[in-house]
Amino acid sequence: MRNRVRILVPLLAAGLVAACSGGGGAGEPASQAPPGADATAPPAAGGAFPRNETLYTSGTQWGPPANWNPLREWDFATGTKGLVYETLFLYDPDADTFTPWLAESGEWTGDKEYTLTLRQGVTWSDGKPLTADDVVFTFELGKMETVPYHPMWTWLSDARAVDARTVKFTFTKANYQQWANNLYSRPILPKHLWEGRSEDEVMNGANERPVGTGPYTYHSHDQDRMVWVKRDGWWATKALDKEVKPKYIVDIVNSSNEVAMGLLLQKGLDLSTNFLPGVANLVKGNFGIKTYYPEAPYMMSANTAWLVPNTTKKPLDDPEFRKAIAFSVDTKKIVENVYGNLVKASNPTGLLPQWDKYVDQDVVGRLGFSYDPARAKKLLADAGYKDTDGDGFVETPGGGKIALKLMVPAGWTDWMEASRVISAGAKAVGINVEPDFPDYNALVDARNSGTFDLVLNNEKQLANTPWLYYDYLFRTPVRKLQTTVNFARYENEKAWALTQRLDGVGTDDVEGMKRVTSELQRIQLEDMPVIPLWYNGLWSQTTDVVWKNWPSSVPGAPKHAPTVWRNWLEMGGVLMLTEIQPVAG
Amino acid sequence: MPRYFGRKLLIYGLTFFVAVTINWMIPRFMPGDPVQSMLARANIAQPEAVEAMRVHYTDLFGFDLPLWKQYANFWAALFRGDLGISIWLFPTPVADVIARAVPYTLGLLLPAVLLSWVAGNRFGAFAARRKWLDNTALPIGYLLTATPYMWLAILLAWGLGVVAGVLPVAGAYSFAIQPEWSWDFAGSLLQHWLLPFASLFLVAFGGWAIGMRNMIIYELEADYVRYLRSLGASGRLIRRYAFRNAILPQVTGLALQLGVLVAGALVTEIVFSYPGLGHLILQAIQNQDFFLLQGIFLFIVVGVLIANFVIDVAYVVVDPRTRVGMGGAA
Repeated sequence: MRNRVRILVPLLAAGLVAACSGGGGAGEPASQAPPGADATAPPAAGGAFPRNETLYTSGTQWGPPANWNPLREWDFATGTKGLVYETLFLYDPDADTFTPWLAESGEWTGDKEYTLTLRQGVTWSDGKPLTADDVVFTFELGKMETVPYHPMWTWLSDARAVDARTVKFTFTKANYQQWANNLYSRPILPKHLWEGRSEDEVMNGANERPVGTGPYTYHSHDQDRMVWVKRDGWWATKALDKEVKPKYIVDIVNSSNEVAMGLLLQKGLDLSTNFLPGVANLVKGNFGIKTYYPEAPYMMSANTAWLVPNTTKKPLDDPEFRKAIAFSVDTKKIVENVYGNLVKASNPTGLLPQWDKYVDQDVVGRLGFSYDPARAKKLLADAGYKDTDGDGFVETPGGGKIALKLMVPAGWTDWMEASRVISAGAKAVGINVEPDFPDYNALVDARNSGTFDLVLNNEKQLANTPWLYYDYLFRTPVRKLQTTVNFARYENEKAWALTQRLDGVGTDDVEGMKRVTSELQRIQLEDMPVIPLWYNGLWSQTTDVVWKNWPSSVPGAPKHAPTVWRNWLEMGGVLMLTEIQPVAG
Repeated sequence: MPRYFGRKLLIYGLTFFVAVTINWMIPRFMPGDPVQSMLARANIAQPEAVEAMRVHYTDLFGFDLPLWKQYANFWAALFRGDLGISIWLFPTPVADVIARAVPYTLGLLLPAVLLSWVAGNRFGAFAARRKWLDNTALPIGYLLTATPYMWLAILLAWGLGVVAGVLPVAGAYSFAIQPEWSWDFAGSLLQHWLLPFASLFLVAFGGWAIGMRNMIIYELEADYVRYLRSLGASGRLIRRYAFRNAILPQVTGLALQLGVLVAGALVTEIVFSYPGLGHLILQAIQNQDFFLLQGIFLFIVVGVLIANFVIDVAYVVVDPRTRVGMGGAA
């Protein structure tokens, strides 16, 4: 007996190993199918996604899809808002235009009254028609305290369905800028399915099997992917003659950017929205990978990276000292050496290129900053910062030592490198700044509670209005925990009053907006509450093996944002899906 | 016999209690606040809204309670079989998250541990008798066992995955297909399983082979072997006796090595983006997902304890001397 077992075990092992390698060989075509050449591989029945009908994306999800709740705008499965739930309008950041989407039209019919007309013939994927009641219901959900748009109800007083297609909104204060932002960022929900859900279910429900008005419905998901399938009867096909091209969208959960790079090179990904350091070389070399711009900066700009000083701490409470830091940063070196030209150096105001028209060149010319170590030294000397103990670093006018820490989350390699450049620049002019790499959670803790010295931040995405940008810079009062805006804890009542005034300027009154933003820029550049450094890109890499006609700066190509990032599908992502074309047939 | 197992069970019970308590404590001593990090990622514009949500979620996860109460609640929930809700994959229950990952980890770990142990011992015993084999096997074995799992994994992924392009480097099955009962799917599953398995298997294999080789050489010098030899016993018989004696420390070694092997599997999974527990642990730490972290560690602790217990029992079976000893004690 024992003898037989002794022979059997190694046999079993050998057999298994043989089976594995055999299985590997046999399974190869199936698994190599995404990289291309699927014409030769017969699509397996039922379970498989034919390569030429499937769009593979990645870069949005960093964990298994866990909910399909469009109100959870930060962790819903890729595409929940945009592919399934849709918004009233779309916004094109490049052209600065609103496109009516679920709405047919909308306008201010009074100083404090906005009337919205819904499109006819829009149906939910369960067959029921979209009505004004759904819109009213969606906005009224905001009366629940934990719904992210709850604060809107401090200035919105009433949403009422006049008839099946018309909704009237009445305001106590007309915040035109914020309202315009809400028009394209609030996903409209079906009242007949969401009615009666408790606040807990509304915000914390996973909402499996989402029912929306959009071009796709839920197909399946697993730990490492989210799969959507195109649905028949999407309203825009009839109304706007638009059709999304891929039958399936498979969004791959990122494990790391390296894996995404590997998949992209194997052509297993059509659209990677990962940050891939050094991708410029691949774009220039013959690797079949393309970006929005064929040359630097390669990517559209998506948000501004700032150096945020804690303005409640000495000596960072001194605007002259903050300015000295601003003049000491060699942004060009960060752009070229750290990013390989994948990003663009920022305007001194930090306003994104899409907001260029709001930049007051006059103010910038007078008060702007650039890399100028001599100027930084002079600013320090004039304000009384001198190196009294001869250690090479300046002391405060009172003689106190200065040692500042610049915090960046550990593992964010590009930012870690950038912080080293910033530190070297500051040290060269005599400011002792050391990079510090705590864990992300520890950084959030320090940043929110105001125990940091300096921190890098980019938490404000491109949007329709620079109001959001100034809201980030100037919002007061400063609380014990600053969770989402004004991490610098900068208090300037005048700036905040101006920001609120900007909110009340009509979105079509560009001159009126400019008048306010010009004043805000003057305050910003004089006081330097944050130091804008560079524009992070809308990371996006595409391959032309299965799908072509990707958005690009090349003449004749579509100009939509090439991305499936959360909250970007309504800024062009969904239009991109209607413009791409299959390569074969 | 009952006394022996009674004592063992008591030790296991104590270990379990201490390990679970430490698992509960460690994440809570990490700097940062999970709710704040979650909301920081949420990137919501309005501070008022964030404040309302912060209060809501702090209350929901029970972080507003005093620590001792959180600890008591934790044990109470544990005995109800409730592991809590994941913060990172909100609102998925932790038990679901783990249940989805466990098959992958076990599918990797069990074959790797058992096959490497069996094959390593066989090979080591075999190599000890052949001079030329011993001379080549020894350095290779040392090299293998000294290799960190993760490093071998990266080498394999790079060599066979990226350069040769024969095997996939990420995932558990092809992105082009769905789980189903088909040869396509099984093949894809196997193909994705092969590299992570190989890196675990090879490292462990080297260790066992060297251990066995040394033990066999030692046993072959033992007095009972000399005695047998002088009686004119056949080499085959002698080797059988030597092998039975040499395998005993290897069984103990298996019990001791289990924890290391589990850790190795976790790291390997991360390298190959294999959707098992390893990847989850990394994410749970990064997102300060206390509940998921607790759940996974609980699972690992229980698993390792059970495996140790099984080995304890097995030891009694394979080594008659323990049975005699226990009989005398009882």
